[in-house]
Amino acid sequence: MTAHTKGTGLKWVGRAMRRVEDPALVQGQGKFTADLPAAHWVRFVRSPNAAGRIIGINKPDGALVITAADLTGVKKITPMLHKFAYRAVAQPILAENVVRYVGEAVAAVVAASEEEAEDIADLVELDIEQTAPVIDSRDALADGAPQIHAIAPGNVILEGKHKTPGFDEVWASAAKIITLDARSNRQNATPMEARAGHAVFDAVSGRVTLTCTTQMPHLMRTAIADVLGMRESDLRVIAPDVGGGFGQKMSLCAEYVVLVWLARKLKSSVAWTEDRRENLIASFHSRDQYIKLEAAFDKDAKLLALHADVISNVGAYSCFPTTSGVEPLMAMAEMPGPYDVQQYQCRARGVLTNTCTMAAYRGVSRPIITFTLERLMDKAANAFGIDAIDIRRRNLIDTFPYTSAMGLVYDEATYQQTLEMAVKAIDVPAFRARQTAARAQGRYLGLGIATFSERTGYGSPAFAARGMEITPGWETVILTVDPSGFVEARIGSSPHGQGLRTTLAQIIADEIGVTPDIIKIIHGDTDTSPYGWGTFASRSLVISGGATLIAAQKVRAKLIKIASHLLEASPDDIVLADGAATVAGTDRSITIGKMAREAYTQTHKFKGEIEPGMTESGTYDPPGTFSNACHVAIVEVDIETGQTKIEKFLVAEDAGKIINPMIADGQVIGGIAQGIGNALLEEIIYDEHGVPTTATLADYMPPTAREMPPIELHHIETMSTQSITKAKGLGEGGCIGAPAAIVNAINDALSPFGAALDEIPATPQRVRAALRTALSSPLWEGEKSNP
Amino acid sequence: MKPAPFIRHVPKTLDEALKILAQVAPEDGRVLAGGQSLVPIMAFRLAKPAHLVDINEVENLDKIGNDGKILRIGARVRHGAFHTSVVDNPLGALLTFVARHIAHYPIRMRGTFCGSLAHADPASEWCLTAATLDATMVAKSTRGERAIKAVDYFEGIMSTALAEDELLAEVHLPLLAAEAKFGFNEFSRRAGDFAMSASLVTYTIKNGKIAGAHVGVGGAEPSPRRIAEAEAALNGQAPGDEAFRAAAEAAASVIEPLEDHQTTGEYRRDLVRAVVRRALENSQQ
Repeated sequence: MTAHTKGTGLKWVGRAMRRVEDPALVQGQGKFTADLPAAHWVRFVRSPNAAGRIIGINKPDGALVITAADLTGVKKITPMLHKFAYRAVAQPILAENVVRYVGEAVAAVVAASEEEAEDIADLVELDIEQTAPVIDSRDALADGAPQIHAIAPGNVILEGKHKTPGFDEVWASAAKIITLDARSNRQNATPMEARAGHAVFDAVSGRVTLTCTTQMPHLMRTAIADVLGMRESDLRVIAPDVGGGFGQKMSLCAEYVVLVWLARKLKSSVAWTEDRRENLIASFHSRDQYIKLEAAFDKDAKLLALHADVISNVGAYSCFPTTSGVEPLMAMAEMPGPYDVQQYQCRARGVLTNTCTMAAYRGVSRPIITFTLERLMDKAANAFGIDAIDIRRRNLIDTFPYTSAMGLVYDEATYQQTLEMAVKAIDVPAFRARQTAARAQGRYLGLGIATFSERTGYGSPAFAARGMEITPGWETVILTVDPSGFVEARIGSSPHGQGLRTTLAQIIADEIGVTPDIIKIIHGDTDTSPYGWGTFASRSLVISGGATLIAAQKVRAKLIKIASHLLEASPDDIVLADGAATVAGTDRSITIGKMAREAYTQTHKFKGEIEPGMTESGTYDPPGTFSNACHVAIVEVDIETGQTKIEKFLVAEDAGKIINPMIADGQVIGGIAQGIGNALLEEIIYDEHGVPTTATLADYMPPTAREMPPIELHHIETMSTQSITKAKGLGEGGCIGAPAAIVNAINDALSPFGAALDEIPATPQRVRAALRTALSSPLWEGEKSNP
Repeated sequence: MKPAPFIRHVPKTLDEALKILAQVAPEDGRVLAGGQSLVPIMAFRLAKPAHLVDINEVENLDKIGNDGKILRIGARVRHGAFHTSVVDNPLGALLTFVARHIAHYPIRMRGTFCGSLAHADPASEWCLTAATLDATMVAKSTRGERAIKAVDYFEGIMSTALAEDELLAEVHLPLLAAEAKFGFNEFSRRAGDFAMSASLVTYTIKNGKIAGAHVGVGGAEPSPRRIAEAEAALNGQAPGDEAFRAAAEAAASVIEPLEDHQTTGEYRRDLVRAVVRRALENSQQ
């Protein structure tokens, strides 16, 4: 590595350096939770009923089966918001008296192996007196609906409301009102590695070490210690290699609490590895929303006001730490998206149902609000008889900083520029010609556009605005140059696929003039890393990266001070590069290794003017910054089967300074893959009794490599003042824009038939249903008789 | 997702296998061949057989034979065996074309032709093939051997005429006429998924008209079958769009479609219409 840069002055930041994480992973040397041996294995017995009273639990003779009755003194998981009429719904660790969804853990069977635990679990008999469940959020809001929790009458767990002062007046002045009823069906984040936990008791220290597949080890420690009433110092939490999280692994699982409780009770090791069925029915779900969006436009198709009603199905309980406000409140805060609109009214409700609990999933509401708003903009363009590109040109934000109708401050971005870049690259006129020719042959192509903003890297003030009892935001990094000259950064973030060990090393390398190969990033262990909030919400490279830069700047300052001492030169003349400090214009030089050694072992030389050792810490808590992008999808819809094939996907995006272009592209492409699932394939379906019918990966369908289209990426780098590294986050944009672009393209393809589809996933069956509705309409005068 | 406890028997000869099967059949003993359907079902504990009679080491079950009229496919012949043509007859090309649509490559290297027929998933490509081509299933047990015609063999979703103690030892497929045409089409949400509808067609041309049409539909009803109404719409007609559309429409209108939480009957008919027409279109290429 050194040979590539030595003496060249090249920077590491901005280079597509290979990920340091990958060699171990691709050689099968990753270390995952399920790899750990354990003396005891747990199988959870889960409710087969969506709603009911527990009459009895019959345990097989001689088996160790834990139920709620055993967990005396264990608190319930009770996430809290201090705003929005939030009802503090509490979740027992194992179901107590009642069950509230299919898959809720009722008992924990402990045995010597996974197989044996599953055999015994088969013999545990649950006597449940079934009561009427409510599955759909609109049914749950109806008068007389079954009440999921007594504390939340009407099944509303929270209600956010917002209305700008001039709303009514502006609304009344509108030339046109456009309305859209959008439906986003329920999804599962489906990480490749499902949940797993391993708790082991240490008889010497009396501590328990919980290894689990989490995105936020420190908060898991705090939360589990709280629930169990134990000292936090008696618990160590380790996140080893984690096979994807996507938000599903940032919430507290009751199962991990059981494992720690059992490890302490049995004074031994206890493990649980979730199977795919459990993950699909009982981990966390997301994206189950209805949004009614109305928009007022003036006569020139300029957006004047937005009016939204968001109903978010939050499932049976509230997730910790975000609470079930995570989706409805995100929808309310960011509904106006990338558009200049100063009047806004919104009501956003979280609604309890007898379904699996909702939690964050990559994008959190923004795939849905972007889908809703972008469908509406296309619909409005049609109503005004203008082009889908033109209506966006007229309405995208182009002056910065921009303060939204919700009071969010948008830092400098490139909404207009990315739109122009994308439509130029896709060559819209050439596509329209091809589309016309194809239609003449009975083939239906469509082009769809989505523009959006992606709020990333937000610190504690943004979370505080939601009234969260637990307000995440800042990050701390402790950076050490050891006496041998090697560098270690201990971080509170908890990367699990994002490549942060690579990108943080690139930042440090440039700042202190070393190569990344001598830098080690230490994370994912509460014993060895500083308290932090883990990795979620496109935050780590912005916030942990910022903290890393601050720590590295301090180390740099110290190195220069030491060099100035040892080389007897002015600090202003010291150049740090290629692993050494040099006096500018001379050959007087000292390696960083030598300086580090002196900082520990020759401190007397510094006469008390320089602190011993070489450890500095940086903390960063930024206001947040908005990335942005324009996505374009070209699809072909098979009108006989309703099947959509994505022919091409194009992205023009701006995430500020790109630290590692290869990793940035990987994030965008991975997000698009999930967005394709969201747009076309993935859906958790409950039957009328509340039983999930999509409990395997044959029924719940993430896209495979075969469903991935060619993807073309373009970048603009706007240097944000709101991020000290100039980097904005980009972890979620891929999945935020893709559903809107794809479904807009489907609607474009179906336009000759007058068919419209405002529901995701846009399954083949739904496409056919939309066509059937349109064709049965007497108003339709289409061009083809037998689609 | 760990199977319930079971005992695995590994016979070396057919006689031994049939004896063990006769013994364990009353205790829910099942035959294990490729395991690509049975093992996942066991992992979900939807099936909990107490005994598995593993035929993977039984001699002579992996043979494909052909006497100039009939293709004989042994119990242990894997899907992958058909990746290249097994017989110099249009049937060989047909089987190769269909095999490529079965699940994914690793599954095709392990799963067996006869296992697929014994399992009788409505979406199975081989079940559709057997139904369309009027296959004969040869069942063996300690009680003897019997031949079961395809029309008598399929009894519903994952249900066949095989008795508990019978091993599906061989399937016989009649060779096609040398000039026979065939076409296949299936619809699935993702590449390699279970077909939501599939169609296999064969016919010959006599004096410019379709003759001897077989139109099979799978994945749409509890069992695959030939659709007489669609065949009638083809026989005696010139091959082409008009006849193909008529046959597709006939098939779509007469099926009794399977419905589930992801699929309405109305949509299943849409798919049958599409796959039958496309199978017929493919047959002309």
